[in-house]
Amino acid sequence: MVLTHVHDLDDAAAASAVVFASRYVQDPLPRYELGEKSISKEAAYQIIHDELLLDSSPRLNLASFVTTWMEPECDKLILEGINKNYADMDEYPVTTELQNRCVNIIARLFHAPVDASEKAVGVGTVGSSEAIMLAGLAFKRRWQNRRKAAGKPCDRPNIVTGANVQVCWEKFARYFEVELKEVKLREGCYVMDPDEAVRMVDENTICVAAILGSTLTGEFEDVKRLNDLLAAKNKRTGWDTPIHVDAASGGFIAPFLYPELEWDFRLPLVKSINVSGHKYGLVYAGVGWVIWRNKEELPEDLIFHINYLGADQPTFTLNFSKGSSQIIAQYYQLLRLGFEGYRNVMENCMESAQTLREGLERMGRFTIISKEQGVPLVAFTFKSKDETSLAFKLSSELRRFGWIVPAYTMPADLEHMAVLRVVVREDFGRPLAERFLSHVRMALEELDHLAKGGPVPRMRVTIELGPPARGSGEEASARVVKREAVVPVHRSVSLAGGKTKGVC
Amino acid sequence: MVLSKAVSESDMSVHSTFASRYVRSSLPRYRMPENSIPKEAAYQIINDELMLDGNPRLNLASFVTTWMEPECDKLIMAAINKNYVDMDEYPVTTELQNRCVNMIAHLFNAPLGESETAVGVGTVGSSEAIMLAGLAFKRRWQNKRRAEGKPFDKPNIVTGANVQVCWEKFARYFEVELREVKLRDGYYVMDPEKAVEVVDENTICVAAILGSTLNGEFEDVKLLNDLLEVKNRETGWGTPIHVDAASGGFIAPFLYPELEWDFRLPWVKSINVSGHKYGLVYAGIGWCIWRNKEDLPEELIFHINYLGADQPTFTLNFSKGSSQVIAQYYQLIRHGFEGYRNIMENCHENAMVLKEGLEKTGRFNIVSKDEGVPLVAFSLKDRSRHDEFEISDMLRRFGWIVPAYTMPPDAQHVTVLRVVIREEFSRTLAERLVLDIEKVMYQLDALPSRLPPPPPPAQLVRKKSELETQRSVTEAWKKFVLAKKTNGVC
Repeated sequence: MVLTHVHDLDDAAAASAVVFASRYVQDPLPRYELGEKSISKEAAYQIIHDELLLDSSPRLNLASFVTTWMEPECDKLILEGINKNYADMDEYPVTTELQNRCVNIIARLFHAPVDASEKAVGVGTVGSSEAIMLAGLAFKRRWQNRRKAAGKPCDRPNIVTGANVQVCWEKFARYFEVELKEVKLREGCYVMDPDEAVRMVDENTICVAAILGSTLTGEFEDVKRLNDLLAAKNKRTGWDTPIHVDAASGGFIAPFLYPELEWDFRLPLVKSINVSGHKYGLVYAGVGWVIWRNKEELPEDLIFHINYLGADQPTFTLNFSKGSSQIIAQYYQLLRLGFEGYRNVMENCMESAQTLREGLERMGRFTIISKEQGVPLVAFTFKSKDETSLAFKLSSELRRFGWIVPAYTMPADLEHMAVLRVVVREDFGRPLAERFLSHVRMALEELDHLAKGGPVPRMRVTIELGPPARGSGEEASARVVKREAVVPVHRSVSLAGGKTKGVC
Repeated sequence: MVLSKAVSESDMSVHSTFASRYVRSSLPRYRMPENSIPKEAAYQIINDELMLDGNPRLNLASFVTTWMEPECDKLIMAAINKNYVDMDEYPVTTELQNRCVNMIAHLFNAPLGESETAVGVGTVGSSEAIMLAGLAFKRRWQNKRRAEGKPFDKPNIVTGANVQVCWEKFARYFEVELREVKLRDGYYVMDPEKAVEVVDENTICVAAILGSTLNGEFEDVKLLNDLLEVKNRETGWGTPIHVDAASGGFIAPFLYPELEWDFRLPWVKSINVSGHKYGLVYAGIGWCIWRNKEDLPEELIFHINYLGADQPTFTLNFSKGSSQVIAQYYQLIRHGFEGYRNIMENCHENAMVLKEGLEKTGRFNIVSKDEGVPLVAFSLKDRSRHDEFEISDMLRRFGWIVPAYTMPPDAQHVTVLRVVIREEFSRTLAERLVLDIEKVMYQLDALPSRLPPPPPPAQLVRKKSELETQRSVTEAWKKFVLAKKTNGVC
């Protein structure tokens, strides 16, 4: 009798088994607990890869400013740098040097007042959130030191921003115990009003934050006007309130498309600027930059000194270990594209945005609320006020074609407005723009069709029953007392307090 | 007549990079260059400069993973353009994070019901995780004090002097006083008794480390819990514990499952672990797990409308890549419990091989314990002629990066060299390292001593020569710079 040989599943044979023929794709995946046994790497790869097929395609994600395409040469550099821990400055001196070069290049792009060979003051971060927290922390500490020196109370710091700020300012305020004073928006003015902002400044204000490239409409706030008004107030009060410019999106657009626009360190009250490398810096998610005007703006007690190759390397970050790939990728882009390259990319983005704008206007159903000068995006609402809820429906409808176009309600005091927003990134060329427009047309037709043949109209009828009319042979008589239409009310669900998904 | 055609400036694709003019011009360091350059040139220039970085796999200073399987590299590159924070758009990626949190919470014996979801978050590293945990403790303590009508303006946190630098960052940035329990010769971790002594009504938590940065030792969290239990009962302060398991969190459950250090101890309220250390993922991922919902104050959480459902988030960073979260999930399902255990056992064995090899040379004292993170920390028996920093420098010539550190107060006179054993540090590499260390010692023995000689016993007060003065100034300066909490390599 032949004894059957039982194969141990940990055999090498199992490793070469065809994944979809193996038991790995039939066994339930561990979801909440670590599985007991290992599985083959091919199976692990395949299982995860297949689940991820159901994620949306990043390049069709028109909600995000964050870069979704880089050149293959850069992908190679990224993979080669993936196992370098950026925090090991001693071990990877060239990578650290690349960060320093990026900081210097970006600082000079923003006209930081540094001499040709002077080192700029700045740092690479994981994104604008970390950058803003560091900048805010510096302002808070400076203000506290000043107040302590003057013998005044320093327990109630506040920061003045527009209601259109991205959610990370609210995070900063909550986590670092600073009061957030928001300048409310109003119809037709979807950014922070400088006059109103300066009015709100008091002795406890650690800084006023202006946005270059508002999240919702891509508009640039008037930083020059803010600077002039604030300078006048500072002269009167002696409070010396500084400005921070959140140039997360705009920082890599304005210098190339609008070089005359004064928004950066050319304005004396601007003390720090943050920009996202992973937005129009054209790098994948995971890198931001914050630049200070000079050493004085960054309190020494916040800086940690690392002995780096015998020299002093000051660091000021919230994160410690992180990958080096994005820093290397940022340097690649700065080197590869140069000034003309960035300008060409931005000009292309603006042209695509223009194509979209005109196409949407031609459909006659939309009001464009984004301006032509600003971040290349198109924000639009339905013209008629009744069609507000259609914005969300259009957004769902477009998903069927694969596009992700988010619909948002505006912040205070414009919660009745629902806006759709399309961000134009480097990789959104004219062919995609035209295809998108044709899909919008098709989606609108579908929505109109649904609305017309729409829901059966509902009516509520109140009837009074009474005794039968004499001689009618009926058992009872009915008389309609009241007839009213039931109109479905679209209510938007408001979410638990505060700023929610401020998509950056 | 044939007209020769001039090659246009932009037709550089015909020229090989090293034949082109791009490798002749000096690189932009401080200003953005005016013109673009071809992508091949950009790639080559940067790649070549980076060759002068240390080799990550020979970097024995770091706990952070430097090798993953090619299948995982594939997943990483495929996800490199996914912004993790777009939860609506990438629901599967978000789901993977939730699964990782649950798996890790279960690994730490979080007291969860059958279908209860764990409370935790993926972060960029243990620094962010620790800041979030610290923030939660601070806010809870403030709320409690406010409700009692007591002052809440002077919070403090109790840790050992051996903590990694990010605790000091947390303290400085979030305005909490850092109370460090000093070390002493022969005892290089936080003493639980001393720690509990220092706890007062303003203490927001006591932080214990599972896997001390300097010598890999696990602190006695159980003893700390028991002592704190007694004190809490006396005072009614309810001071909680946080375990910084950055390294140890993915070791203890596999190698020392009986060791009680996690949520099995009632006063442990939150734990952080680095996915990018023994979680076996590349740099850029950490995890913070809370015992249950009550330990995370609601006002710190931001709610995102995610696919119509509520997705609570609590992070410092917003946009970041998704690759590391996916890689972590890959590792968890690929290896499972047995896989992680096998890897940790291998690391431990290789650490023993290295330790024994070093002991056999007769020149070193081993400062690290056998139980703990797989690393070997050792110092010279005889420091009179050469010190550990010189050994570290000379090992670089062989390609090895082995850092030398002085211990924090009050053990500053002790200097150690530290070799961290990661997943891919095989036995062959361990044996080669021992050989190379022996070579270095041989070479050093032949060199004259660079250290200042001991003072002469005679009564003559001899004026120091210029060279000697210079030497002592350099020594002092070196000690001064190193004395500040420096590269707290994690």
